[in-house]
Amino acid sequence: MTALALRGTAARRLSTRVGRVRELGIVVALALVVIPTAIVNPRFVQPQSVRDLLLNASIVALLAVGQTLVVITRNVDLSVGSVLGLSAFLTAQQFANHPGTPLLAGIGFGIGIGLACGLLNGLLVALGNVPSLVVTLGTLYVFRGIDYALAHGRQINAANLPDALLDLGSSRVLGVPVLVLVTLATVAVAALYLRSYRSGRELYALGSNPEAAKLAGIPVAKRTLTAFVLSGLIAGLAGALWVARYGTVDAAAGSGLELQVVAAVVVGGVAIFGGSGTVAGAALGALLLGTITSCLVVLQIPAFWQQAISGALLLSAITVDRLLALRLAKALRTTEGTSHA
Amino acid sequence: MDRPPVVALDEVSKSFGAVRALSGVSLQLLPGEAHALLGENGAGKSTLIKTLAGVHRPDTGQVLLDGAPQRFSGPADALAAGIAIIYQEPTLFGDLSVAENVFMGRQPLGFGRRIDVGEMHARTSELFSRLGVRLDPARPARGLSIADQQLVEIAKALSFDARVIVMDEPTAALSAHEVQRLFGVVQALRAQDAAVLFVSHRLDEVFELCQRATVLRDGEFVWSGPLSGETPDSLVRRMVGRELSQLFPKQETAAGEVLLSVQRLTREGVFTDVSFDVRAGEIVALSGLVGAGRSEVARAVFGIDRPDGGAVVVRGRRLKYGSPTAAMAAGIGFVPEDRRQQGLVMDASIERNAALASLGRLSTFGLLRRRSERALAQDWAVRLRLRFARLSDPVGVLSGGNQQKVVLAKWLARKPSVLIVDEPTRGIDVGTKAEVHRLLSELAGQGVGVLMISSELPEVLGMADRVLVMHEGRLVEELARAEATEERVALAAAGQVAR
Repeated sequence: MTALALRGTAARRLSTRVGRVRELGIVVALALVVIPTAIVNPRFVQPQSVRDLLLNASIVALLAVGQTLVVITRNVDLSVGSVLGLSAFLTAQQFANHPGTPLLAGIGFGIGIGLACGLLNGLLVALGNVPSLVVTLGTLYVFRGIDYALAHGRQINAANLPDALLDLGSSRVLGVPVLVLVTLATVAVAALYLRSYRSGRELYALGSNPEAAKLAGIPVAKRTLTAFVLSGLIAGLAGALWVARYGTVDAAAGSGLELQVVAAVVVGGVAIFGGSGTVAGAALGALLLGTITSCLVVLQIPAFWQQAISGALLLSAITVDRLLALRLAKALRTTEGTSHA
Repeated sequence: MDRPPVVALDEVSKSFGAVRALSGVSLQLLPGEAHALLGENGAGKSTLIKTLAGVHRPDTGQVLLDGAPQRFSGPADALAAGIAIIYQEPTLFGDLSVAENVFMGRQPLGFGRRIDVGEMHARTSELFSRLGVRLDPARPARGLSIADQQLVEIAKALSFDARVIVMDEPTAALSAHEVQRLFGVVQALRAQDAAVLFVSHRLDEVFELCQRATVLRDGEFVWSGPLSGETPDSLVRRMVGRELSQLFPKQETAAGEVLLSVQRLTREGVFTDVSFDVRAGEIVALSGLVGAGRSEVARAVFGIDRPDGGAVVVRGRRLKYGSPTAAMAAGIGFVPEDRRQQGLVMDASIERNAALASLGRLSTFGLLRRRSERALAQDWAVRLRLRFARLSDPVGVLSGGNQQKVVLAKWLARKPSVLIVDEPTRGIDVGTKAEVHRLLSELAGQGVGVLMISSELPEVLGMADRVLVMHEGRLVEELARAEATEERVALAAAGQVAR
């Protein structure tokens, strides 16, 4: 009986370890990518280029956090790139047309745009009972279309934007770019929410077994709506930060970003059919994908190959994930029967 | 006994489209009683339970709690009112820990409304110790055996301090020992004035546990009263509305040639060195406790799982490991334990399901002939006395017993020489059960070798020509029909073989 109990704790330890292994695995993969590149070109690890690396990854990482909230519930939000684009353009326009707009109010405006978009997605999915893939594929085009219609081919440049906003994109605290700090803070808050709050845990329950979630009295529609609203809100924030970072916005901002975000989430170990995964993993996934792109540039690998390599990485991440899941399932099976003690 | 009921259904009716699932059913659950809900499959028990659970809203009639009419707008309301349901199919979150499954939506909170994980695990352990089981609260629910999943569900219901606990076939997957534990818990709940509604097809358990019973037939209320004056026969008569001739009609047949020979089959950590033969015209029962490795042996024989050693030989030809295709080509049919998950495509039509294992035969140049498909389903529907509205209806709308008939039809249409049936009558009403038994007996009469896995001893003893007993992954006993008694099988299953 002690043997059984011991095997039980062994399984528990294995399962928590597998959870951590995911994040650790990404860190190892990062090292595998960074170290050879640094040897070939030592400038790659100088503070300035590391800062650039983090800055480039931070917007995708931010979107990946929102995406994780949605994917955990067994849904997907393909509209995040378009939401970012719409929010970025409207925020920039707001600052350009009303130069007196306070910084936080302007960013809040962008967040509000994202929130409204997320609310629309969420209502269609949760109340309309339409698969999220279809809904957000639709709103991907709708939001982008609105963006193009409003922009009318215009571009808003740094010259028209307030210095406070542009400073936000380039300033640092203790050497760390503010954008990176904002992303880290978002990751921390979302991680705490998912780990320690009832409604956060219910998002996992929803994705793990939708039928059981209903029977357990979980407000399924409300939680689904919450996930989409949060994803939209974060995409709105990302839009405002995009303006701060690049200083130039047209209607194409963030086009195609959604696939990078989904890739980051999957590489980060979030199960694509819901129920498991962490925001930290997803953010690390975004960092890894971003780093690989930079490495390929430093290593002077032709740009044509970059997408193929990123894709191969995605496939290997899924393979590793699957293998780990199988091993875990096997370990858990051999410990069943502990109740017959 | 004059205390007012905790919960009552008053003249409740519920229809789904044209199908009337409940018509004018009343039920009263008194504080401190265990009340049995009886009826054949399709009698409306599930609908009644889901009405109590707040999943279905009654069309007419009402649910009364302490005499006050309730309008549950969803399961959350019923839970809040203190009605906990343990469903027949466990409804757990595989990715989450056992403790979270128990406390989902009601996790103990600590500082800043954050979930207090330590407290949650401690409370879960406490519940498990009340149930007398050892399960790690922190392990994920995925990978738990059905029996363990059922125990998690029971712990969940206990955690509510529910006033009404509905148990839908809770013992179907439990071993005798666990059933006794469960009964102990039910007694404790009764002592705290909770009402327990107990749904089971095992009448001996009903008599052991319950004081009163309510019988439904075809969605209608038939009878309700104390069990003291009743016998199993009288209850069965009320359930089926007719006399039952004989439950286990296996005809004597002369055993023929060896059709299936399993030789020293081993799958590491699951079962070891299992050898036995199945002859033409024979029904061989594989008995043992849940978790002894019976279903696993069947799965390995049919090639779903790959064995680590040993051989499966059909009519002198050795089968390839891990290939259901090879097993099917050799003439083996397999009716799995879990028909909803493994036996049927629930959303597909009756005819589609029935034809699923015979697609090659029903096709011309790779194109499936709809007409042949329908003809095959029609033929078997009649032969198996399937009760259905249209062959194009999804299998999911059928009752459990009729679903099982469709699974049987699927395999019988292939004219197998060996048929493996895993728990062929689990969760099936008495009438259909007898029909399944008659069918298996007929098949044996036609020279089919049947390997039957069953947890119900009366079924094993009534049907089998030989009984093989497994204990902890090993075959420990083989009994001929004449030597097989309830006691000897039960002893062997518990690992106590007199040698």
